Amino acid sequence: MSDDHHHDASVRGPAARVKALEELLAEKGLVDPAQLDQIIEAYQHAVGPRAGARVVAKSWCDAEFRRRLMTDAVAACAELGIAGPEGGHLVAVENTARVHNLVVCTLCSCYPWPVLGLPPAWYKSFAYRSRAVSDPRGVMREFGLVLADEVEVRVWDSSAEQRYIVIPERPAGTESMSEAELAEIVTRDSMIGVAKIVPPATKARRGSR
Amino acid sequence: MGGMDGFGPVLRGEEAYVPFHSAWEARVFALTNVVLARAGSNVDEFRHAIERIAPARYLASSYYERWLHAAETLLGEREILSRAEIDARAGSASAMANPAAHVNAVKPRAKNPRARFRIGERVRARNINPAGHTRLPRYVRGKIGVIRSDRGVYTFPDTNAHHAGEARQHVYSIAFSAREIFGPAAHPRDRVVVDLWEDYLAPARSRPVRRAAAIKAKRKSE
Repeated sequence: MSDDHHHDASVRGPAARVKALEELLAEKGLVDPAQLDQIIEAYQHAVGPRAGARVVAKSWCDAEFRRRLMTDAVAACAELGIAGPEGGHLVAVENTARVHNLVVCTLCSCYPWPVLGLPPAWYKSFAYRSRAVSDPRGVMREFGLVLADEVEVRVWDSSAEQRYIVIPERPAGTESMSEAELAEIVTRDSMIGVAKIVPPATKARRGSR
Repeated sequence: MGGMDGFGPVLRGEEAYVPFHSAWEARVFALTNVVLARAGSNVDEFRHAIERIAPARYLASSYYERWLHAAETLLGEREILSRAEIDARAGSASAMANPAAHVNAVKPRAKNPRARFRIGERVRARNINPAGHTRLPRYVRGKIGVIRSDRGVYTFPDTNAHHAGEARQHVYSIAFSAREIFGPAAHPRDRVVVDLWEDYLAPARSRPVRRAAAIKAKRKSE
């Protein structure tokens, strides 16, 4: 293939090309490196799945909040101070005994940043993007989740502006836990839909995501 | 990518959970977010620049390599930064993504266009294959689903990616049965919900009936 030479060169040197790009754009006054530092800092530390976990925990403890969340997730999250890019058309979908939701973006990697942060590598992988729609139960099995035949799997392909967060079921045996404690057990994987929430007693043994 | 085969199991383990695997990935993420807006570009055009990467190269590149590639392409096309300048500074060479197809501009539409479809209505995702950008996944083209919700009015990516007009129109969440899309091996209860712009849709009221009638007539004649 005639492209091989160029291809190899750029694979060896993406770091060098990004550095060159940033330098040249900074020289033209189009990019301020300090601003880039701020963006990276925000997405590495401030924005992440803990925000989504707070939303889920509150929805378990406050029926009125849950109702607002299901009708207008953007407004409900704003009540908790959660908003930002890729969150303007947020939709919450709830798991029940009969329906299990799973979120994917087959076209690229659309993801609800304000509640879950930037997508993990597996969410952006070709394997997940291709198979989450055609074999969702097989994909979930790889994450250790096996669903009964009676349960409907509802896959949401984020093909337009809507961004989806799954509201997982509250596990049994958590009745005495506070909202803050509950937020601690809500995992990122459960808010994408590839996992259920493991109750705290078994969580210590299995580790969590 | 939906419905393609052969990519193997989904990546697991610690590496699968980090957003950035190295410092340059974080850099290209932030850089792209800042510079594309300043270059007068939009997210649809950026997504299209990623899609224009030659398929073999697309599949062989990592996620942020594709971002880098698309950013270089758009900066080059907008004559903000030439490929030669980047090559010279970086000490390496890279290819541009394939050029964008020509897409005809559309007439501006009403600010608040009327919804053509209602919730509960059966619709068919049209079997169209646009030369430019589109957000109509291949795996639903020609398939019939039911409208679950009307999400309101949004800019049409197929034209916006080419700066050919916003063509604002309704977007609907459409539920397709997994069997309708992927055939009898799919689980009978499962559904895939896809968010589709109105121009991707056609009413599905009469066609299946006509097709059934045609099959019946054919059987009779055999």
